[in-house]
Parts: sequence; structure tokens; C-alpha cells
Amino acid sequence: MTNIKKKNKNTLLEKEKKLGLILLLPTILIVLSVVIFPLLANFWISFKPVSLGDLRPPTLIVKEHIKGKLSDKNHLAEIKYRYRNSSIKYDLENVIIKDIIPNGLTVKDLQPAQFCKLKLKELTCNLDNVSSRSSGKILIKVHKNDQWQKELDNPKKTKPLVTFSSKNVLTSFEFNTENFKKVFSASEFFEVLKVSFYYTIFGTAGALLVGLLAAQILQKSFRGRSLVRGLLLFPYVSPVIAVAFAWVILFDPFSGIINSMLVQMNVIDQPINFFGQKYTDIIIFGYVFKFPLALSMVIAFEIWRYFPLSFLFILARMQSFPEEVYDAAKIDGASPFQQFIYISLPFLIGIMSILFLLRFIWTFNKFDDIFLLTGGNAGTRTFTVNVYEQAFAISNLGAGAAVAVVIFIFLLTFSLLFMRYSNKETF
Amino acid sequence: MFWKYGLFFSILSGGIWGIFWQIFFTVVGILTFGTPLSLDLSQIMIIGPLAGIMYIKNQKFLSIKFHLTAIIIITFLIFISHLGNPYQAEDENQLIIFILILLTSFFIWVSLNHSLYNLSPGKLSKHDIESFFIKFMWGIGLIILILITLIPFYIMIMTSLKNQQSLILNPLDLSVNLNTDFKILFNSYIELFTNFNFHLFLINSFIVSCTTVIITLFFSIPGAYALARLRIPNKKIFSGTVILIYLIPSIVLIIPLYAIFSYIGLRNSLFGLILVYPATTIPVALYMLRGYFSALSSEIDDAALMDGLSRIQIILKIAIPLSKPAIVSVGLYVFMIAWNEFLIAFMFLDDPNIFTLSRGIMSLNSSEIPQQHLMAGAVIATIPVMIIFLYLEKFLISGLSAGGVKG
Repeated sequence: MTNIKKKNKNTLLEKEKKLGLILLLPTILIVLSVVIFPLLANFWISFKPVSLGDLRPPTLIVKEHIKGKLSDKNHLAEIKYRYRNSSIKYDLENVIIKDIIPNGLTVKDLQPAQFCKLKLKELTCNLDNVSSRSSGKILIKVHKNDQWQKELDNPKKTKPLVTFSSKNVLTSFEFNTENFKKVFSASEFFEVLKVSFYYTIFGTAGALLVGLLAAQILQKSFRGRSLVRGLLLFPYVSPVIAVAFAWVILFDPFSGIINSMLVQMNVIDQPINFFGQKYTDIIIFGYVFKFPLALSMVIAFEIWRYFPLSFLFILARMQSFPEEVYDAAKIDGASPFQQFIYISLPFLIGIMSILFLLRFIWTFNKFDDIFLLTGGNAGTRTFTVNVYEQAFAISNLGAGAAVAVVIFIFLLTFSLLFMRYSNKETF
Repeated sequence: MFWKYGLFFSILSGGIWGIFWQIFFTVVGILTFGTPLSLDLSQIMIIGPLAGIMYIKNQKFLSIKFHLTAIIIITFLIFISHLGNPYQAEDENQLIIFILILLTSFFIWVSLNHSLYNLSPGKLSKHDIESFFIKFMWGIGLIILILITLIPFYIMIMTSLKNQQSLILNPLDLSVNLNTDFKILFNSYIELFTNFNFHLFLINSFIVSCTTVIITLFFSIPGAYALARLRIPNKKIFSGTVILIYLIPSIVLIIPLYAIFSYIGLRNSLFGLILVYPATTIPVALYMLRGYFSALSSEIDDAALMDGLSRIQIILKIAIPLSKPAIVSVGLYVFMIAWNEFLIAFMFLDDPNIFTLSRGIMSLNSSEIPQQHLMAGAVIATIPVMIIFLYLEKFLISGLSAGGVKG
């Protein structure tokens, strides 16, 4: 009896297991093909000297021309094939061009004779090796025979068939570490590292602090609170491209409102290029500070755009807090500041550290914002912008992939830290 | 100590509110006239504190009549102290100047009424001082927060309604003359829809976003249910992997995706986008929905199983109807991600006929195309998200708080 029960239970478990995997299968497949496979491909590319141009595989371009129009009077014509290797880097091997000569035509002469052969009506040219950039031609002199029909026997009717093999950097098994050497040895590596961390730390901490402030302000109930709460989420829900360009136009040195306003109010003498100036000198008590202007602006944007998120989480957390604790504290004579420091803050520290870690990861990975605001210029090039810069601006896909690998390693480290510290609270 | 007296705080808050509103309305004035107004804060630094003293000394007699008198007195003081033209504006704008000053006085008084309410002019306890300080900072904080949030949007809309000449002539003139012809006012928008294919971009964006939502939900609902309810081996590892994948940014994947999609010829197509977007959103949706499904009581499932329903039927007939709000919020959140996505659209699409809005706006970012077109494009891209957001704010907020650490 118990055996049967056990067996039943086991088959049920098996069934559930099977069903679960079937339900998850589509997800697994799409994630494997669009996330995991590209991720591995990225490692692959990072060890190869691949440039943007290599994405277009080398091919043999063949064009067929006919010289002389065949008609009742004209019996002679010349068929010409011009071929060219499209690649400027790679040779083509085992090149064979095949075509059919129409029935109504008889071949008189074939050039170059050492490569091309005519077997019945089938022309086969074994060109063997066509080196990069090189080109050539095949000439066939034909005249029409008795079977010639005007409509049917156009030599261009059959397209030449081309087969060849070529070396492809992307799929070959040649690897080197040039890309990584380039990424790490460049003097800009430490600059990029510094900027990335500066941006990430200040951006994350700033957004968290402003979010905390906003949550404190909105915790008090007042008329129109839900409206204000909605308004404060605007920066986060709007498309990044829209708000980033709004900021660029707002701070534009020539036609931006902020600059014209500051100039008119005599706060500054000359317009400031907020997103284009790497440093500005700030004088405090006679000491000249080199203030990283563009980077700070980018961080300000980051704070502006992402404080709503921290605000939302912190507010939700605060509203789940039992009101009675504050009442008790008031009776005990705790001042508002004491209430904040000894009651609210310890209660919020958990959610805030999780938010900090998660936002830290996301800010570190942020690309769109900086790319749209400064394009990574004026001392704002982070790792993510560097991927784009290397891969698509300098056209060195391999180096870009190497930077992406560096980002991925950072990401992995941060995520493991995050998973360790967040415990079970978020999962 | 003098700084423990309510009177001191009334002077302090009067001064700060005075400066704050003076700056605010000077800026408002500049933006409405487009003419330079000078910012001179020395007078308000005296009048503001005076207003504070006036408030706290007469606190026992607060009435509508008193409020009105006070506002008139402040207005009068500002006028007198500036010899009648506080902003040194041109004469033709006198009426608006007067309104601005009236508003300045009004807001100074309302602010004081908020932060000084029930504050005694005499010596204060530590508790009272802190309460005052918090109230004061609350007011200033709220206003600054709202202003900072909204200014870029305000600039966006106003710039999009201007024409090239007036923008170059005077970038500060953001006033919109509502009497102008509709066609002139909305010139940039008309231009974008007629000459720049924005109707196509709008349709493309909708197609891509809606398809992404459908595919994402279709894949993630059963997956999330399986993770929440079924006994699967290595479930923990799987859940952890989902989160890890959800943290991988598209910039790490863009090079291989670009290379692979170029090779197989899917790069410059909407189909390619529709293939990539769900892969980035399914992990988030899975993560969010799994949470919702786990929160549903599993007893219903057991009862349904007893009644002979299959798991698929349970998903269709019980899990989905019960978690409709959750599914709506996940759907909205995914829609928002897909609609706002920039990097992949930017790298994948070359053909202007299949641009999404993000990609289309990027193509407006050139020195040959006037700024107001760019801003009009930004407004067009923002409006649909805003409409959805305002209509379904509750859903979206719960969606954001459930999984919204992405972005």
C-alpha cells in the first residue's frame, strides 16, 4: 500500500518536474539565444582582432556584360564577366564561376583559356585564388547558330553561379590578447576607471539622498499629495532621449535658458558650456579648485532622473511603518530630529542599502544618459561609453568587446556582493 | 540667547522666503517678457524680515482681512523701496510687473503663514525650534523639488512651440502667444508629421512595444507560475540566474548582437528588435510575476487539482484572473521599457522607414535641424507614456516598486 502511494507521489513529482520545465522552456530558449549566447560571443570576439568592416564577409562580385547586339544581321557577340574581390583584407580561395551558355550560341574563343573550360553548354572557370582587392575578367566570343531565337537565347538569362571559400576572422580559431593589452595599457584606462566610479558612487548616493528627502517631504499628508507623487515620477518614466535632450537644450551655451539667464542677471560674465567643459575653476578662500564640470552635470542628471525610484521605495517602506511608535516616542519627549535619527533611519537602513547596491550596479552599467548628454567627451567617459567608442567610433569591435568583458567582471563582482548582502529579503 | 526666540525665526524665514520668491518671480518675469529684468535682492532682504515680524506680532488677530492688508502692505513696501520699478523693466510692462509683485507678496505671506503658524515670538523650547525648522524646510523642499522636476519638461514644451527666429533672437522669450495661428504655433509638430515621418515612427514604436508586451507576458506567465508553484529541481539556482541575467546591461551584449544580427540579416529590421526586446524584459517580468503568484494562496490550486483541472487550466482559469492587476502593471512596465529603449534601436535601425521614436529623435539631433523640432519630437515620445502613466498611475507604481530597480 505504502509502496503504491510512494510510486504515485513519485510519478506526480516527475510530471510536475516535466511540466515545469516545459513551461520554462520558451524563456530558457530565448534567454539562451539572445543573452547567454551573445555574452559568450562577446568573450570570443574580445580575443580577436575584429573590426567593424569584418562584419561584411568578403565576396566575389561578378558582373556579366554583352558586347554587340545579336540580331538577324549581326552574328557575333562577346560575353564578358568582370569579377572583383570585395574585401580589402582577405583573399578568396577555390573560386569557381559557373554559367550556362544558351543553346543558340556557339563559343568561338574563351579567355583566359587556362582557367576556363566548356563542357557542352556549361562554362566552368576555376580561378583558384583571387587575392584581396584584385579583379579580373573572362571573355567569351560567341556567334549565333541555327537554333538561335531572339527571345530565348539571351546569355544574361542565366546568372553566373559563384562558389568560393574565404578566411573569416570571426569564426576562425585564432586568438590573441591584443585587445586586452590595448584596453589595460592605455593611459586612459585609469581615467575611465576613475570617472566610472566617481559617476557611479556620487550618482547613486545622490539619487538615494534626494529620494530619502523627497520621501520625508511626501510622507506628511497634504492636499494634492498624490498628484505631487505622480509629478515626481515624471523624470523616471519619460524616455531618456527626450529628457536628456531637454537638459542639453536647457544648458546650451548659445541658446540655453540657464546661460542667458545667468548672464542677464550678471551672475556670470560669459556663457558656460556645461556639458562640454571638462574643468572649471572654483575659488574658495583663495584656493583654486578644479571642479569637474561636465562630469558633475552628468551626475546631476543621473540624480534628477533616478531619485524618483529611491523615493518610491523609501516612501512605500515608510508607509508600512506603525504610526504608534512615533506616538510613543512623542510621549517620551523625543524631538522630531531624534525621531528621525533613532526611529525612521534604522528602520529604513535595510531598504536603503539594498537600493544602494542595486542602483550602484545599474548606474555603473548606464550608457544612454552619458552618451546622449556629452557623448563621453569632456571627461565623462565611463566604461560603458568606452565600449561604444572603441567598437563603433574607432571601429575596433574586438577592443570594444574587451571593455565589455571588463564591465561584465565588475558586474559579476557587484552582483555576488549584492546577493550576499541582500539575504532573503528581496528574493 | 537671541536665536532661541520666535522673533528671530520669523525674521530668518521672512528673509529666506522673500529672497526665494523674489528670484522665482524674476525668472518667471524674464521668461514671460523675454526682456532682461535685473535681480536685486537688497530691498527684499529688509522687507521679507519685516513681513515676518508683522506676521508673528499679530498672530492672535489672523483673519482674511488681516491677510489681505498684510499682502497689500508688502506690495506697497516693495514698490516704494524700488522707486516704483523694482525690476527696472520697460514701461509698457508695468501692469505685469505689478502682478508679479503682488504674486511675490502673496506667496511670501502664504509661506510665512505656513512656517510660522502657531509659533510664539518669545523664547522657544528645543522641540519647538526643531518643529519650526522641519516645517520651514518642508515648504522650501517641496517647492524646490517640484520646480526641479518640472523645469526640463516646461522647457521641452515651450521650446517646441517657438519658431527658429524668436529662439535665436532671444532664447529667454518663452512666452507663447495663444492668439497665434494654430499652424504657426504647432509648426514643428506639423513639420515632423509631414516631412520627418513621425507618424511612421509612432506606429513602429507602438508595434514594437505592444508585441514586446504580448511576447513577454506569453512567456513569463507560465514560467513565473512554474517557478512559484511547481516542484522543479534547482529552483533556487534558476531564480538566482534570472536575477543575474536581469542585471546584464544591453551595452555588454550590443557588440555580439550587432555582429550576429548583421550576419543573419536581421539587424536593420523591426523583427530583429522584437526578437531582442523580450529577452531583456522576460527576466524582469518573470521576477515580478513570480512574486505575485507566490503570494496567491496555494490552497486554491490544490482544490482545483482535486477537481481535476490540469495545471495549464489552473493558470488560465485561476492564476491569471486572480492576478489581473499584477499582470497589468507588469505589462505597463514592460511597455515603458520597450517604448523608452534607446541603445538597441539606435544600433540596429538604419532605414528611416522603420525607425522607432527613440531612433527617430536621435536622427533629429543634428546642427541642420532646428532645436524646436528636436523638442517637439521629445514631446511626441513623452506624451503616450505620460497618458498611460496618469491614467494607470496606481498600476504602474506597483509595477515600478515590484521590479523597477531596472532602468
